[in-house]
Amino acid sequence: MDKKTSILSPLKALKYLFKKPKTLRYPFELKEPAKRYRGLHLNDWDKCTGCGNCADICPNEAIVMKEIPEIEAKDGERNERPEIDYGRCCFCGLCVDICPTGSLRLSRDYFHIHFDPGTFKLLVKDEKTDKEHFLPGEEYSVFKASLAHRREKYEGFSPDLEYALFDPERVKMSEVPSEERKASFIEQVKGFSREEAGKEASRCLECKLCEEVCPAEMDIVDYIRNIWENNLEGAVRDIYKTNPLPSVCGRVCTHNCESACVLGHQGEAVSIRWLKRYVVDNLSLSEYQKVLETEKIKSVGKRVAVVGAGPGGLATAYYLRLMGYEVVIFEKLPKPGGMLRYGIPEYRLPYEALDKDIEYIKSVGVKIKCDTTVGEDISLAELRDNYDAVFVSTGFDKGRSTGVPGSENPHVFQAIELLRKVTMGEEIEVTDKIVVIGGGDVAMDISRTLGRLQMKKFGAVDITLSCLETRDIMPATPEEIEEALEEGVKLYPGWGPEKIIVEDGEIKSIVMKKCLRVFDEQGKFSPEFDTEEKIEFEGTMIVEAIGQAPDFSFLSEDIKEKLEYEGRRMKVNEYGQTSLSWLFIGGDILRGPDVINAIDTGHKAARGIDRFIAVEK
Amino acid sequence: MREVELYFGPQHLGMVGNFSITLNVEGDKILKATADPGFLHRGFEKLMEYRTWMQNFPIVCRINVVEPDHMEMVYAMAVEKLAGIEVPERAEWIRSIYLELARVGSHLFGLWAYSNMLGFDTVAQWAMYHRDLILDLFEELTGGRVYHIYIWPGGVRRDFPEGFTDKIVETLHSIGKCVPDYNDIFFNNPLFYERTHGIGKITREEAEKWGGVGQVLRATGKSFDIRKVQPYAAYDKVDFDIPTREEGDAYSRVMVIRDEMIESVHLIFKLIEGLPKGEVYNKVPNPFKWKIGEGESYVRVESSRGELGLYLVSDGGDKPYRAHFRTPSYSHGLTILEKVLEGSNISDVGNIMISMYVVAPEIDR
Repeated sequence: MDKKTSILSPLKALKYLFKKPKTLRYPFELKEPAKRYRGLHLNDWDKCTGCGNCADICPNEAIVMKEIPEIEAKDGERNERPEIDYGRCCFCGLCVDICPTGSLRLSRDYFHIHFDPGTFKLLVKDEKTDKEHFLPGEEYSVFKASLAHRREKYEGFSPDLEYALFDPERVKMSEVPSEERKASFIEQVKGFSREEAGKEASRCLECKLCEEVCPAEMDIVDYIRNIWENNLEGAVRDIYKTNPLPSVCGRVCTHNCESACVLGHQGEAVSIRWLKRYVVDNLSLSEYQKVLETEKIKSVGKRVAVVGAGPGGLATAYYLRLMGYEVVIFEKLPKPGGMLRYGIPEYRLPYEALDKDIEYIKSVGVKIKCDTTVGEDISLAELRDNYDAVFVSTGFDKGRSTGVPGSENPHVFQAIELLRKVTMGEEIEVTDKIVVIGGGDVAMDISRTLGRLQMKKFGAVDITLSCLETRDIMPATPEEIEEALEEGVKLYPGWGPEKIIVEDGEIKSIVMKKCLRVFDEQGKFSPEFDTEEKIEFEGTMIVEAIGQAPDFSFLSEDIKEKLEYEGRRMKVNEYGQTSLSWLFIGGDILRGPDVINAIDTGHKAARGIDRFIAVEK
Repeated sequence: MREVELYFGPQHLGMVGNFSITLNVEGDKILKATADPGFLHRGFEKLMEYRTWMQNFPIVCRINVVEPDHMEMVYAMAVEKLAGIEVPERAEWIRSIYLELARVGSHLFGLWAYSNMLGFDTVAQWAMYHRDLILDLFEELTGGRVYHIYIWPGGVRRDFPEGFTDKIVETLHSIGKCVPDYNDIFFNNPLFYERTHGIGKITREEAEKWGGVGQVLRATGKSFDIRKVQPYAAYDKVDFDIPTREEGDAYSRVMVIRDEMIESVHLIFKLIEGLPKGEVYNKVPNPFKWKIGEGESYVRVESSRGELGLYLVSDGGDKPYRAHFRTPSYSHGLTILEKVLEGSNISDVGNIMISMYVVAPEIDR
């Protein structure tokens, strides 16, 4: 024994009889839980996207995603919300740390007093959306405390980006700097290395919100997982299931998937587009047929004609060919690709990348006849007679004019025509001061292309770009606008053209009026102007990039008469089949205006044609 | 006299926890003792094979209710070793402070069990109250009182809240002020001494041979502590003593626990003083896409009852291929207890068992 003490020394403890007791008289004396307390859940329904990552991480399977009919599902949001089974929940808070939107938190409530054990399940909400069950401090009573009787403003364990289980930042893509790139047409984006792609792919949480918005319904999660596992062959197989133009889409797709990505809510979306590009850039064309098992295709002895070798036509042709059809594409321009080749500038989509996709499509047996204009060299009726079905995707290849006074001047150009000339290698007489009208991607493309030509000719860029829309509602993708600005394009959003000042046949300037609104209350295009407020841009060349129109001149009168219309559009079924059963349409003339929609219409039409031929021929 | 088989637990007033010992007795004397575990078996090690690396982190702590923190630590260390994850400096220091607080809390719990067993109810209540003060600290730091779920692979889950170190110091001082009272009515109480002196005695050789660790080994005079033998967290950055005793009986084991608690408090003060600034968490990969390369790791820490080890195997997948814990109560509660009980008195069964601080859930994993 360390110290000899008297047998009476324990009596010292009697002094505690006269001290205030330390025990709380619960529940009359309550103890305030700590600020980080991990109690019952709170979920902000407005922020929650129903991605289901909380349900996936839960080690006890306590969370189930429940469909909520009142919530309208939209792009990037499901009408599902988490329901928690408190008989299983262990209050670890992993669901909070994985929640990409930060909607899920834990409160400091921890009581549940109820006679019915069935009440252990709860579709969690917070005081914002569930005013009835969250009570202010003075109305709250601990004697009634339950999942349905809770205290408001009682937040506990909250999400913190620094400790989140996901990575909010994307892997930086290396790009050619603006000073260097504006002097040439070299590709701006350099692409991922193996390590970068693996790291970026590892960010994906696999909630599949992206797949729900992809017009082509691509198996995005699958191919990203394959990239992460360094299985490029598997990734290519996943991609080609629904998209025969991955090299193109990996560069210029409008990437609805990335807008839907849940990681974009608090951080940056997964670079899905660049990942797709990484896959096809790192697999040589010679391996495609082996990997995709398309070396031997059994012929079914039927023939299909495709009009237009754009993305829609190429996609239909590819999938029909896989089903064993003999497919011939008729293209009026010297090379296949349509708007991909003749509309998108080389620095965004190099010709080699496009050619790689087309070469593979050709290698499986699709025949492409270029320099053949349907309606001139061969009629649609002839195609109908010689083939079992015809698919038409001729696109929107005619530019629209503003029609303002002076726009008939020969120095006023259509963006789409200029872009085509650049691709064809024709000389364009660029001047040192150019004004571009339009706020979409085509306007950005032509501004940046003309900027490069100006750089070559004059050593300086002087492009003024003006459009009706204000910067926040400009239809061009934000990156494109940003890059155009970096390259020296001067941007004036919110102005509409009034007249072009021409002196002695030469353009001097363009007068613009202030645009007050672009769309009316119903969302229809109906611009209003303030004619008092004006601005004048000097320029010796004007380029209009305000949209494109289709050219249906190949349709003969008798076919036009037989076709049925819905408004100004041809009436079609889900496969793009018109009222003439042998005629299918796709691409921009059906739905658009981007590559991925064209591919989807093409893929659907291929299935429709297969069905049509099987049933009716 | 007739030999009788007696069931000590699981339904027995003298039993703490879901554990049982079958005794063959003749009169008061125990002829043979057979430990009978398994009443709390929840299959944790198997469950872990079906959960991802991150999903396992809230589970491991539940293996030991009394002191979940060292379980978290040992799991985090094993994963970090397998996956080659670095832990920031500050996180290592925070881990040490946190684990020492856990040691104090756990020893107070042990003190409650022991004094309660011996009938010193006043001390038992004090110990429980003081443990609650430590749990208050845990609640403020982690959001949970019992299962803290705080140390995870890559560091710790959140940094200290503002003013937290002051709170730790304040709480420990308030507990420390009561140490003389504890001494007077318990540790230096002749009744306590008489009740524990020479009871459940083992020699150093026996302890070493039978796999004794922690207080069981240190009470026999051997200074063995993983914090010194194979330092982890920030234990190699600060100086501290390993209390030992020579006698190897129940009394010296409890006195080692007392000295350890006091040493831990001093250690916490030193750690707080040297606590560096900086990050506390290095991000680990996305939990849905986290595979750890093929390999195995064995890591060990000094829990409040002795060496706690984890053998973790990965076959290159997103879940452990195998996890196996080496828990101190396993050797103490099964091997040593059976040997020591042989020849002792029925009235000393609970006394000896708790002096070795056997925690049943650690045996049944």
